[in-house]
Amino acid sequence: MDVVRNLLVRGMLAGLVAGLAALIVASVFGEPQVRDAIALEEASGGHSHGAEPAGAAHAEEEDELVSRGVQSTIGLATGVGVYGVAVGGIFALAFAFVYGRVGQAHARATSGVLGLAAFAAVILVPFLKYPGNPPGVGDGETIGRRTSLWLAMLLLSLAAAGVALIVGRALAPHGAWTAVPAAGLAFVVAAGVAMWAMPGVDEIPAGYSADLLWKFRLASLGVQAALWSTLALVFGALAERLLEPRRAQTPSNALA
Amino acid sequence: MSSISATQSPSTPVDRPTPVAIPVRAVLPWAFFLGLLALIALYFVGAEQGATSVFSGATLHEFVHDGRHLLGFPCH
Ligand SMILES: [Zn+2]
Repeated sequence: MDVVRNLLVRGMLAGLVAGLAALIVASVFGEPQVRDAIALEEASGGHSHGAEPAGAAHAEEEDELVSRGVQSTIGLATGVGVYGVAVGGIFALAFAFVYGRVGQAHARATSGVLGLAAFAAVILVPFLKYPGNPPGVGDGETIGRRTSLWLAMLLLSLAAAGVALIVGRALAPHGAWTAVPAAGLAFVVAAGVAMWAMPGVDEIPAGYSADLLWKFRLASLGVQAALWSTLALVFGALAERLLEPRRAQTPSNALA
Repeated sequence: MSSISATQSPSTPVDRPTPVAIPVRAVLPWAFFLGLLALIALYFVGAEQGATSVFSGATLHEFVHDGRHLLGFPCH
């Protein structure tokens, strides 16, 4: 159907704008930490876990395939941009399923709520359990296990969001002030149980700069917050123009 | 938005039409093909030449490396 394709285009466009916002945060607040982390990694003699060499991660220490200048500019912009457009497309699809099915919420409200919920489920919960690290912290040998755990946490978090949706829909007849807090509580409890059940990863080397780690993770969360808030706001405005075009009229000259 | 409108009664859209749900059947094909395409794109930004590799080498890994770390993907 034409509407879906149109929504998708708008979603990817909003994703591109969101990627730009995220790129600014990443460049200003993230890159200094990446630079410091790489300097620390090199000063401590290559890989921070010493004896263990690591496949792809190891290669970049020996032979730089892509210069740091390219990595921190075009590379960063490409990575964040592609991520933004892809997330924007998925966001538009999720919106297409949700729109018109959550009470009488209009496009902008639907997009805002969806953005907030998606940020909590897709970013915040996996981050709280398995936060990202600056380069040189993780053990390259365990990348497979850490990726699997992180992905499993993401899927469990989405399942928790599904539980919250069921709870919210069941309580919807009692009004939004009952349904929304109950759904939020259901998500926190379900995600909390999942986080408690999942195994921990403790690979930060003893003596690693806690300050650098904190700043990097805060910047990383800031990048995602910028991306998702921009996406939800821009897409909401674009979707409204497509789906609810009569908004421009003032109540006085509207029909009826 | 008209915050003054009394209640959210479906019968009285003052300045905007009532939201009409898009039929699931219309969304599904797009969700399948574009959703898959988007997931593949996310994979290449987030995990290729890291946990798993479609292409050998580490050039792509290095090119998107800063983004991969700053977006919170597990890496080295
Ligand atoms: Zn890395």
